[in-house]
Amino acid sequence: MKKEDRLEKNPIEEYLRMDRIPHIWCPGCGIGTVVTSFIEALKKNKEDLDKVAVVSGIGCTGRVAGYVKMDSFHTTHGRAVPFATGLKLANPDMKVVVFSGDGDIFGIGGNHFIHAARRNMDILIICVNNFNYAMTGGQVAATTPMTANASTAPYGNYEYSFSLPYLADACGATYVARWTALHMRRVTKSIQEALNHRGLSLIEVITPCVTLYARRNRLGDGLNLLKYYYDQSVIEHGADTRTLDIAYQGKLVCGKFIDKEKPTFLDAMNTHLSNVLGDDYELYGRINNEND
Amino acid sequence: MKKTKADPKGVLTGAHYMDGDHALAEGALAGGCRFFAGYPITPSTETAERFSSRIPHVGGVFIQMEDELASMAALIGASWGGKKPMTVTSGPGFSLMMENLGLAVMMETPLVIANVQRGGPSTGLPTLTGQQDMMQAKYGSHGDYEIIALSPDSPQECFDLTIEALNLAETYRVPVLIMTDECVGHMHEKVIIPPAEEIEIVERKWYTGPKDEYLPYKNDKDLVPFMVKAGDGYRFHTTGLTHDERGYPIITAECQKVNVTHLIEKIRKNADKIIKIEEDQTDDAEILIVSYGITSRVAVRAVQKARRAGIKIGTLRLITAWPFPEKRIRALSKKVKAIVVPEINYGQMVKEVERNSVDRCKIYSVPHLGGWVHDPEDIYKVIKEASK
Ligand SMILES: Cc1ncc(C[n+]2csc(CCOP(=O)(O)OP(=O)(O)O)c2C)c(N)n1
Ligand code: SF4
Ligand SMILES: [Mg+2]
Repeated sequence: MKKEDRLEKNPIEEYLRMDRIPHIWCPGCGIGTVVTSFIEALKKNKEDLDKVAVVSGIGCTGRVAGYVKMDSFHTTHGRAVPFATGLKLANPDMKVVVFSGDGDIFGIGGNHFIHAARRNMDILIICVNNFNYAMTGGQVAATTPMTANASTAPYGNYEYSFSLPYLADACGATYVARWTALHMRRVTKSIQEALNHRGLSLIEVITPCVTLYARRNRLGDGLNLLKYYYDQSVIEHGADTRTLDIAYQGKLVCGKFIDKEKPTFLDAMNTHLSNVLGDDYELYGRINNEND
Repeated sequence: MKKTKADPKGVLTGAHYMDGDHALAEGALAGGCRFFAGYPITPSTETAERFSSRIPHVGGVFIQMEDELASMAALIGASWGGKKPMTVTSGPGFSLMMENLGLAVMMETPLVIANVQRGGPSTGLPTLTGQQDMMQAKYGSHGDYEIIALSPDSPQECFDLTIEALNLAETYRVPVLIMTDECVGHMHEKVIIPPAEEIEIVERKWYTGPKDEYLPYKNDKDLVPFMVKAGDGYRFHTTGLTHDERGYPIITAECQKVNVTHLIEKIRKNADKIIKIEEDQTDDAEILIVSYGITSRVAVRAVQKARRAGIKIGTLRLITAWPFPEKRIRALSKKVKAIVVPEINYGQMVKEVERNSVDRCKIYSVPHLGGWVHDPEDIYKVIKEASK
């Protein structure tokens, strides 16, 4: 590479598969913003990229795994969390990040999420919540606010929706935060913290889907909506997670709600089995560089 | 292909009296499996129970997942994390596993699934035997692919074939199925576990070249691409989408053709090396019995009776059910008058026998819908009819 080229190289390139750019996301889509925050966090933390893996399910957000230059896995719809569980347990010295959509993680994959949280599996889950199943054309999701329109709720949604931080808290997640995509510095900071947190972390990022959710609900273009979500937000760190419901175009309570210490799945396994079995127990995962 | 000897920590050398389910777990440990994710289901649960009690002493992970969808996803993740993973299930769980079986095929991920078959459809006969998932084993996940499926007929073979399955998975970078059944799973027999140094283990085909040149789906001569594991700095990508050598999605008919043809050819072109069958007295046979698993043992009684009655009968046992031993069946179909296929289903593998015999000989299916094995007399009657 010539020196001039190197000078012009965007610092983000080290983190992205430039041979896959341009990406598939619509102009004005908020997913790219969240990816930028993620990469900022990796940079600021000086993470060894050899030791960070990204696992995605299927969806617009699910495509993230395809663009980041780390060990990256684009799996099946809803199964990113159990895939990450296997990857983490096989390779405990890696930081395993699930990057996927609301439908993927909390619709089809909801059962996996609740159990990973219950186990306090040591993975970080970044969930882009765009209030709908975007990839398939904007269908109603478990996160669609009441009365919002979706392609399969053409007269407005009448199902109650999940409050993701409340769900995560109830299931045992040990780091839980919510931001809007425009809170870039705060998203970055949360990801930085969560990368160093031992246990299951969930970061929900409210993100505009311009093409489908915004258009169908006549909410303006991407920038408008990005700004709108930001303006609708109030930061309440440590808020009671029971109070975090999202109403259609209502206020968005953001912040870090949970950040606590609790043994992870592997910690608990090692501690418990050592206590019960003593020297008969082969400690697992503390020293991990074998292929066994 | 690099071979080593088994890690003695996992090998319970000696003569044991155990059932097929337990032998599956011992085979897994001897064969180098150190990651097991599963969900309880009769009649396979004993394998998970045994593994969970043994693994803390060996070094590895057992995790009971929330369902079989998750178990399979965890297996694929663990395999890319460098483990040799395995799970065990039965019909209803096998159905759930089909989703990510497809992902394992597409990502070319080594892992092993044992199906201790029971009667179906649906919840069917939880505690009673069946061989009704043989076609599901081959065609259960969507899309075109080839699969390897083994069929043990005894606890000893449950042990031996689990090691074999783990080795085949690594050799061909594929998921491998062990299609046993409730009878074999719950049958107690002698199982000899050899010393570790007598157990051959196939190492994964690890890539060792320059890091930035690694291509996860570049064919090697044997059609099997080299593998790396996460965390070693290759920063690779893999996807369930149709992809090129780099593992990058390419959504075109051309790439689909190359990608899927590769998945199929990898098994078909290596079929002769993979397939194992057991034959007895097929040289001058006029009647041939093709069977597998528990049914091949039940058929022995019928065969003995037929021989006493002067019928020239030979047997062929499918140790490998998939890929199907097409060539051998074709050859035998030219020599025999009839082929009799007893199986505990409405007639599944018999279709493969038929397909490979065309009209060269008569084919007799001896179905049994599960819940119990055949009465040997029922098989004998068909043999007699076929020999007329
Ligand atoms: C088993 C299965 N069912 C359905 C689909 C179709 N599908 C693909 S993406 C998707 C929704 C994704 O929604 P979300 O996770 O919210 O991601 P987004 O596109 O909104 O980022 C669906 C239903 C699939 N790929 N697999
Ligand atoms: S459809 Fe929506 S979520 Fe998907 S890329 Fe376009 S704007 Fe983004
Ligand atoms: Mg979505």
